[in-house]
Amino acid sequence: MNQVPERTFMQKYHLKGIGWTIIFILLLFLSSVMTEVNWGEFFSNLGQFFALLGRMANPDWQYTNIVVQPIIETIQMALLGTTLGTLVAVPFAFLAARNLVKSPLVRGGIRFFLNLVRTLPDLLLAALFVAIVGIGPTAGVWTLAVFSFGMISKLFYETVETIDSGPIEALQAAGANRVQIIAFAVVPQVVNNFVSYFLYTFEINVRASTVLGYLGAGGIGVFLQRSLSSFRYDQTAVIIIAILLVVVVIDGLSNILREKLL
Amino acid sequence: MVSEQPVISFRKVSKIYQNGTVGLKDIELDIQAGEFVVIVGLSGAGKSTLLRTINKMHEISSGELLVNGVSLAPLRGKKLRALRREIGMIFQNFNLVKRVSVQRNVLSGRVGYYPTWKSVLGLFNPADKKRAVAALQRVNLAEKIYARADELSGGQQQRVAVARAFMQQPRIILADEPVASLDPLTTTAVMDDLKNLNQEFKITTIVNLHSVPLALKYADRIIGLRAGRLVYNKPIDQVATQDFAAIYQEEEK
Repeated sequence: MNQVPERTFMQKYHLKGIGWTIIFILLLFLSSVMTEVNWGEFFSNLGQFFALLGRMANPDWQYTNIVVQPIIETIQMALLGTTLGTLVAVPFAFLAARNLVKSPLVRGGIRFFLNLVRTLPDLLLAALFVAIVGIGPTAGVWTLAVFSFGMISKLFYETVETIDSGPIEALQAAGANRVQIIAFAVVPQVVNNFVSYFLYTFEINVRASTVLGYLGAGGIGVFLQRSLSSFRYDQTAVIIIAILLVVVVIDGLSNILREKLL
Repeated sequence: MVSEQPVISFRKVSKIYQNGTVGLKDIELDIQAGEFVVIVGLSGAGKSTLLRTINKMHEISSGELLVNGVSLAPLRGKKLRALRREIGMIFQNFNLVKRVSVQRNVLSGRVGYYPTWKSVLGLFNPADKKRAVAALQRVNLAEKIYARADELSGGQQQRVAVARAFMQQPRIILADEPVASLDPLTTTAVMDDLKNLNQEFKITTIVNLHSVPLALKYADRIIGLRAGRLVYNKPIDQVATQDFAAIYQEEEK
């Protein structure tokens, strides 16, 4: 009695952990063989990389004036898309939360739909919306709206599921209906997290929207693609610096705001 | 209403949980209007279950439970909510919304009387806002009305919860271990609040307690539960201290 038990052979030599590590390394090796990744080629072409970098070292500052407008458009696209997606995501998040919707059928249906939406990568969505609404920022806004919807709805319902259930019980016992329970007992507990996730998604969308232009979905990406395909690396440099600046500023602002919120 | 009719009436009420645990077994109990009833018993004896059947937060498995002469079993939706808004409830963990003001917490006791859109937009009548101030004055916390609920001490939070229950203008108050997480001084304050409401407004009050001295001090009638059965039921003037030994006896297995 009251003795330290003997460890089994498996536990003693960490067979499980070692086994998984070996399997993982094997998988890595196999995938590099099957995709024919050539490490030698990768490093021998490093010179090309530095040549490009050299050509970008002299940015065409005249180009700055032209870049400002599409950069602003990119931010506007991100803001619109994130807001639209969030507005639609909120009711879905409440319907998908385990502690609010008891029926597994409703919850399961909603979650299945949300999972479907999330499987669509943003570039695919952009290609789709360019085909539907035509080339331009409208396609970008739609893309980002759907992309944010999928992401935000999941972040939101997971937040709702972590709240203290006490106030819900109290409101229920006081004769509140479902909507009143959400308004009085749930929303106050999640609103700060919701705003924080909104800002986080906005950050991601600003970064994502810089590439969407590649597919014709508006914003700075259009110019990025134009400069690259005409080998004007001096202009590319200006665009990349501009994007970097915007992303850093927006990340910084949203980080400050989110820290204050939580 | 006939004056002799009990406010709450349990007729052979049993509750068996889905996992087979017996919550309540053949409870026969009448509670008269304006009574202050204290339920005592070990943890897991079914005190919370009994309390929560009265506002149908828990369903019963068999028997009949009448509140104001109405059977609870068929009540759903709007009718159930109408019943619940006349029954205030106090919890061991206070169950306030911590991030909002005391005022909004107290007003939330009133939402059962409002249409959804009006309450969601926070459009409370001036009369109800005055009522909230009065309720807070009653528990000595008027100066905290704009404070956030989590800035208050435990005892203060529980007194806000009492004010919230009072906002419902309830005919019944159910208090589930209201002082289990409070110190002796605030315990007295909260129990006095409940007793005052009971005496001044004839609100029928049912309180679950661990402490025998508190039960003896405040109750009009003491009810004992053991393993889901009603094992004791006496008005306070017939209660003898040695009776509690039987209630708190461990169940023979």
